Amino acid sequence: MMVQLTPLWTDWLIYALCVIIAVYIGYTRSKPHLLAPWRKVVRNPTAVASSVILLVFATIGLLDSIHFREALPQADNSGKTVYSAEIISAFDRLAKPLRDHVEKTYSAPLAVNLFAMESVEQADGRVARLFPRLKYAGGHLGKDIDQSTQDQWRLFTKGAISGALLWVLLGFMLNAALATHAKVRFSQMAQRLWRGQTELPWRTLLFTIGIVLWFGSIVWQLAPNYHLFGTDKVGLDVLYLTLKSIRTGLVIGILTTLVMLPFALLFGIMAGYFKGWIDDVIQYIYTVLNSIPSVLLIAAAVLMLQVYMDLNKDAFNSVVERADVRLLFLCLILGVTSWTGLCRLLRAETLKLREFDYVQAAHALGASHWKIMTRHIVPNVMHIVLITITLEFSSLVLAEAVLAYVGVGVDPSMHSWGNMINSARLELAREPMVWWPLAAAFVFMFVLVLAANLFADAVRDAFDPRVQ
Amino acid sequence: MAHLLEVSNLSTLIQSGTRKVRALDDVSFHIERGETFALLGESGCGKSMTALSVLRLLPTGGHVVSGSVRLDGQDLVSLPEVTMRSVRGARIAMIFQEPMTSLNPVLTVSQQISEVLVTHQQLANAELKQRQLSLLESVGIPDPARVLASYPHQLSGGMKQRIMIAIALACEPDLLIADEPTTALDVTIQAQVLRLLRNLQTKTGMGMLFITHDLGVVAEVAQRVAVMYAGEIVELATRDEFFQRPRHPYSQKLFDSLPRSSKRGEALAVISGSVPRLDQEFVGCRFAARCDQVMAVCHEQAPRWINGDGGSGVRCHLYAAEMAGQGKLGAILVPLSTAQTTSQGGAEVGPLLKVSDLKVHFPIRKGFWQRVVGHVKAVDGVSLSIAPGRTLALVGESGCGKTTVGKGLLQLLPVSAGSVQFSGEELTQMPPQALRTRRGKFQIIFQDPFSSLDPRMTVMEILEEGMHVLGINNAQRQDHIDRLLTEVGLSPESQFRYPHEFSGGQRQRIAIARALAVKPQLIVCDEPTSALDVSVQAQILNLLHSLQAAHQLSYLFITHNISVVEYLAHEVAVMYLGRIVERGPVESVLGSPKHPYTQALLSAVPLVEKVSGREIIRLQGEMPSPANPPSGCHFHPRCPQALPQCPQQYPDQSVFDAGHTVHCHLYPCNH
Amino acid sequence: MIGYVLRRLLYAIPILIGVNILIFTLFFAVNTPDNMARIHLGLKRVTPDAIAKWKHEHGYDKPLLFNAQAKGAGKITETIFFGKSVPMFAFQFGAADDGRDIGHDIKTRMMPSLALAAPVFLVGLLLYITFALTLAFFRATYVDYAGVVLCVAMMSISGLFYIIGGQFLISKLLHLVPISGYQYGTDAFKFLVLPVAIGVIGGMGGSSRWYRTIFLEEMNRDYVRTARAKGLPERIVLFRHVLKNAMIPILTGVVVVIPTLFMGSLVSESFFGIPGLGSYTIDAIRSQDFAIVHAMVFLGSVLYILGLLLTDISYTWVDPRVRLS
Repeated sequence: MMVQLTPLWTDWLIYALCVIIAVYIGYTRSKPHLLAPWRKVVRNPTAVASSVILLVFATIGLLDSIHFREALPQADNSGKTVYSAEIISAFDRLAKPLRDHVEKTYSAPLAVNLFAMESVEQADGRVARLFPRLKYAGGHLGKDIDQSTQDQWRLFTKGAISGALLWVLLGFMLNAALATHAKVRFSQMAQRLWRGQTELPWRTLLFTIGIVLWFGSIVWQLAPNYHLFGTDKVGLDVLYLTLKSIRTGLVIGILTTLVMLPFALLFGIMAGYFKGWIDDVIQYIYTVLNSIPSVLLIAAAVLMLQVYMDLNKDAFNSVVERADVRLLFLCLILGVTSWTGLCRLLRAETLKLREFDYVQAAHALGASHWKIMTRHIVPNVMHIVLITITLEFSSLVLAEAVLAYVGVGVDPSMHSWGNMINSARLELAREPMVWWPLAAAFVFMFVLVLAANLFADAVRDAFDPRVQ
Repeated sequence: MAHLLEVSNLSTLIQSGTRKVRALDDVSFHIERGETFALLGESGCGKSMTALSVLRLLPTGGHVVSGSVRLDGQDLVSLPEVTMRSVRGARIAMIFQEPMTSLNPVLTVSQQISEVLVTHQQLANAELKQRQLSLLESVGIPDPARVLASYPHQLSGGMKQRIMIAIALACEPDLLIADEPTTALDVTIQAQVLRLLRNLQTKTGMGMLFITHDLGVVAEVAQRVAVMYAGEIVELATRDEFFQRPRHPYSQKLFDSLPRSSKRGEALAVISGSVPRLDQEFVGCRFAARCDQVMAVCHEQAPRWINGDGGSGVRCHLYAAEMAGQGKLGAILVPLSTAQTTSQGGAEVGPLLKVSDLKVHFPIRKGFWQRVVGHVKAVDGVSLSIAPGRTLALVGESGCGKTTVGKGLLQLLPVSAGSVQFSGEELTQMPPQALRTRRGKFQIIFQDPFSSLDPRMTVMEILEEGMHVLGINNAQRQDHIDRLLTEVGLSPESQFRYPHEFSGGQRQRIAIARALAVKPQLIVCDEPTSALDVSVQAQILNLLHSLQAAHQLSYLFITHNISVVEYLAHEVAVMYLGRIVERGPVESVLGSPKHPYTQALLSAVPLVEKVSGREIIRLQGEMPSPANPPSGCHFHPRCPQALPQCPQQYPDQSVFDAGHTVHCHLYPCNH
Repeated sequence: MIGYVLRRLLYAIPILIGVNILIFTLFFAVNTPDNMARIHLGLKRVTPDAIAKWKHEHGYDKPLLFNAQAKGAGKITETIFFGKSVPMFAFQFGAADDGRDIGHDIKTRMMPSLALAAPVFLVGLLLYITFALTLAFFRATYVDYAGVVLCVAMMSISGLFYIIGGQFLISKLLHLVPISGYQYGTDAFKFLVLPVAIGVIGGMGGSSRWYRTIFLEEMNRDYVRTARAKGLPERIVLFRHVLKNAMIPILTGVVVVIPTLFMGSLVSESFFGIPGLGSYTIDAIRSQDFAIVHAMVFLGSVLYILGLLLTDISYTWVDPRVRLS
């Protein structure tokens, strides 16, 4: 299948981030003092469990960041491939059934009928008020639609068993590998693993992967045939929406800190190192930025962008690109507002470090300011940067929801938990209530943010010299 | 009758994570009423843990695993926590090392003293007030009513320690535990506090457990001494016995490694290696690896405690045989390592460094427009000169500006006035780029070996840092690094490691290697040994000594430790409040000090040897702030021999024989 | 002290000018007064005369930042920036784009905002400190562990869910209080009790955990060991020694928000239909009313700077080491 890759702005940044992470890993592996705190992180069971969850989310997010256009079926025989105007992602391809199964409007989780009564003209010409059948959910059952509950149970069991089997297989392989590595008997290793007596928390790892596999394979069985989390107002599968929202959350959580990082690092270190008027200017800048209520600053900036986009409609090829630019811009402006905190931390730390004897010794050896800043100051403040990035992540994911509610979040056409909550809020007033989009967004957001918080805690414990 | 405090077979375990540290192992001793019992040892040997175990104030994860602590026959280990609280502060009180952090910064002195009185004696109102005042008076605080209302930060270090003592004495305890109570204080203040403690003890008849690492202080205060090493007591003796003939090889080494004038030109005895980690199981003697009288049995079998007469004893295999033969414990003394004389450098050539009238002032800003309303005169007109290959010691108490002199002459701080000439070149006016290329010629070694090395760099990277100035190419560079490390006594393999893998003494060696890497002519040594234990200090002093001989280095040795000066320096300059008050050859200045401050400073140093007819000159009060120095001679408010003209005019320089000069009105100008 | 306060207030002027310039630039970087007029007059069939009239009425008929035609000081003063920003310093907020008096709106809406934000602040602070102190008292036990887990879980839930869940459970299922709305006077109580409770619960996880860290840090200090060596009961050690010292870092984070309590809470107010400044701001953002947004930014900045000043002053109350000069 021919495709034309069309990476968006944020995609490029995500790829850049991956490269940075890879370089960081490579660099860290050769430095024992950099590796030591990470060793501490991987020995922490909570950190291991949460990083498995984060990895699952990251994988989905990454898949959703490979954008392309599919080739259209050739209409003429000119040999020229024509690509669809629609930009989709690798994840969209994987979740094709979810994406394509668009119902008419609301339907409850696992339901086979619409949520609202409609007047339907029946075969005999009479008009009846009833809950019409869904187009896709349970479609494979055909006439035996009353068997849907049994069918769901069957799929559930199938998923649960295959998930469990996969898990056992994985555990078996892991245990075998560990036993070979430690040069002990298989059963001995299994015992150690079971009792949690291994040096690294393999048991926790296995357990978390087990849960993920189990849920994953159940979803795998049910989702193509039913709407596991129901559908929303326009009939989109809610599971698909929540999964698509992962990328938005991750982008906001990570790219924001990434774009603000160079400024915070440069300004914070310069202010602390040079003091004097440079410090005054930088402090002035961040007091100004800080004193504006952040929501208002973001609102003003987003409104500006909105106007700009309205005036330059032609600059964007598609809705997806347009939404992407807005997302990137939101990251930038969120970065500007959250930049000040890190900058202040770095300034304070640099003020302390510049008086350290080893910096004085470097002066005495005739090192230049630039060299002292890059070789002595930057490496010694990196732990603060790392702690801040992980701690900021979860609050940014939560902030996205609030901004969407205020109306200055990501583009309304973009899938995000904020937009889901915002639109579902009105549905709560319906009788009977439409609760599932909200519940789905809640569950996914909670799991991601909780995992991020726990991971950030472990990182802080390992890196913060004060905690030790 | 029972002893006041009897500690028997006390063992304490501290557990952090999976790591178990046996902080104390089978510690036994006792203290009588009215007696001062000193617990002597280097850092990490378990002295403080003993005190905290007695009071049951161990850090999280620590607990007493066996043994007993009896106060007047009552076991404290098994006491319920509530009852234990009525012992703490009332029957056993404790004072800590750091008076700066041991008092609560947000409560007034009065609140902190009254707490104890209210809790244990239920005093109130007038009675409470009266008691607080009399307590402060008894610890020698002038104007107690004002001090009661003040907060700790408004008081000086010496005052804070007096208040700690007042709090400890509030309920007239039977036993006072003093954990290094004078280590953080200057010698003149230390002398004041030690005398205060002795007087109070005579008055109240309490027992005292005195924890210290300083042999001089032990000689001054203690009646009996126990030496601790790696969680064990290795020797116990009366003071006189101990100072005449220390028995354990470790104690002997401690004495030998003390620098003093009689050892000038010799290498100091050192204890090789470092203190073993306490999270391991010991098989033999814990000191065996570092002992130069080690025998085969020492590695195989832990030595038993061998009782001598008069309650003394030692834990060493050397005495086991003797014990069986004579039933009496003698001292086995080993001859000192043969003296190595090093060549006396410094032929009479022009000075390498000449500092004249150096001033470093920091502005004080105040008021609405942050105008400069005055200056902290950290250094106020200091002149000195150092010849090639010579050592000038700059001596003074904390806050006198000696470190500022060092950093100022290296141009690490902006200099307000004066000139610094290095090999005839003026440094103060030099443009930054020119200065940078000359920086290799003058280097600095710092006090704290833990903050002076960048934790993110390997030893190799640290040593390479300054080499670009020398223009050494890569091939030579590797060679140079290997040679440097060997020279400072480290193996060339250590260049691939990071600073945190080294002990304090080893780090100081790396810092010395870093300075040497750029082939300097002058090294400013800013208290390079004061953060180290005595035995490690000797290693570093030996190293500095031999490097000087090998490279014709000049040292500006900044220190407060007189015995190091006696041992190492050729000349000495004594600083008080930003000015040099006396300067001259070391024999002359230390042998016959002229300035009253120098005299007082020297007399306050606690000595290991008994010197007859030595009288301690006790200074009143403390050093004033350099922001607002007294008029005329800065020392006059504390000077026992002040003359009427002292407050009016700063005395000119009076010259004595052989370059010994003094600024004091007692010696009218004679040039 | 008075000199210090005066100096800080003088420093505030360049900061407020910076804030104004920033907001102004953001708004007019791509937007023109003509556009604004069009948006407010309806996009279609707008005559140039109508635009000019609107611009004149709302003070947008001048150059943005620099008036080359005017003379002398007029080059600066006869501009939109000057005309819109300078009166702010006298708290003359002018009229909203739809003509209402912003100053009056702020005055009437301040009280409902405060009625919601102040109880959240006070009750919250008290509750968080109590909870954190309890955890610190039971440090390294299961109570502490469970408390920390609870805190982390609570801070992982979006504030929106607390509101939605609270409204659903308390108002919709149990019918205990009205879902939303507001009445002035004592009747406000029944409208406020739920938003206050939700506000307090929403902030609980993060704050309690933070305070707990501060308490534990203080408990490792030397003076705590001294206090124990005096034989004081744990309760006195905690309340007199630890709490008083821990208040210093807690105040840094807390006092700065006191003045901004007037600004109200954006989300809470609009969910519960409380006519405060928070919902006012949201409405302004949604209707793109520059005048109101500008006024709220200015007000927010003033209050924030006031908060910084208050923080400094409050230090002198709790920390005897701090003296302002």
